[in-house]
Amino acid sequence: MSDEKLVGIVLVSHSAQVAASVAELARGLAGGGAAVPLAPAGGTEGGGLGTSSELIAAAAASVDRGAGVAVLTDLGSAVLTVKALLAEGDELPAGTRLVDAPFVEGAVAAVVTASTGADLDAVEAAAAEAYTYRKV
Amino acid sequence: MLDADFFRRWMTATAASVSREAGRLTDLDSPIGDADHGANLQRGFTAVAATLEKEAPDTPGAVLTLAGRQLISTVGGASGPLYGTLLRRTGKALGDAAEVSEEEFAGALRTGVDAVMTLGGAAPGDKTMIDALVPAVDALPEGFAAARAAAEAGAVATTPLQARKGRASYLGERSIGHQDPGATSSALLVAALQEAAEADGE
Repeated sequence: MSDEKLVGIVLVSHSAQVAASVAELARGLAGGGAAVPLAPAGGTEGGGLGTSSELIAAAAASVDRGAGVAVLTDLGSAVLTVKALLAEGDELPAGTRLVDAPFVEGAVAAVVTASTGADLDAVEAAAAEAYTYRKV
Repeated sequence: MLDADFFRRWMTATAASVSREAGRLTDLDSPIGDADHGANLQRGFTAVAATLEKEAPDTPGAVLTLAGRQLISTVGGASGPLYGTLLRRTGKALGDAAEVSEEEFAGALRTGVDAVMTLGGAAPGDKTMIDALVPAVDALPEGFAAARAAAEAGAVATTPLQARKGRASYLGERSIGHQDPGATSSALLVAALQEAAEADGE
């Protein structure tokens, strides 16, 4: 089930800086995360705040190793754009999935889990489980 | 019967009215949103009109599917996937017929509106585009003028509502007293149907 192919991860934020920084943070905290295919897709193509379906599709294609792609998003149009692309059927690699998870904590959990060679179900479960981490 | 040219005129008329009303849409989006609705939709529908001109799809379904796809890729805000899904699902429901009846279109548009509700999770009364689209689809069997009036009344009726979806919902009671920008732009889209019908044969 988990051969050498790693699950890819895409981080979609309204902000290019947020997406890139969370990617850097998740990779940095993940230890063995260097090998995980991970790509940010933040902001619009023009560099503004928003969501770009082109940047999302390109990021997903770039991290697809054949083991599935987990997409984490912040809110609003990021969520809706990924859902609309998934409904389209051919815009994202086969096995791409929108993961219901908190953006920062979920990204760290997803990268750590993916770095172990876990499959997409396990990566999704780890990211979603980040919702249960209480701070107070 | 409605042919591909009718649907192309619908999109062109929508692009024109969205451009004309972009300032008002953005003004409505300023107190309860992020003041980008007019500019986002103007960019999206301008791109739709351009791509329809260039690719000239020859069936009603293909016109709307292409238009929806273009909106998703150019708008950059939540209205892109929402309007994109509306047009794409409506287009898919029309299939590949060269002409469709008004009844077939009304049924397809309902499929599209249902898909928007599924995607965004909004129901009537949540102060969203759905509050203009659902009355419009309900009135569509009576004709485009009736649909237009229903959509415009639905948009105006969002003013006293409290937003329950999207960014405006974070404002809670402070969203009351503002007409919803998405319902307003949806009314423009429905109004453009009548313009497209009246332009027939010119």
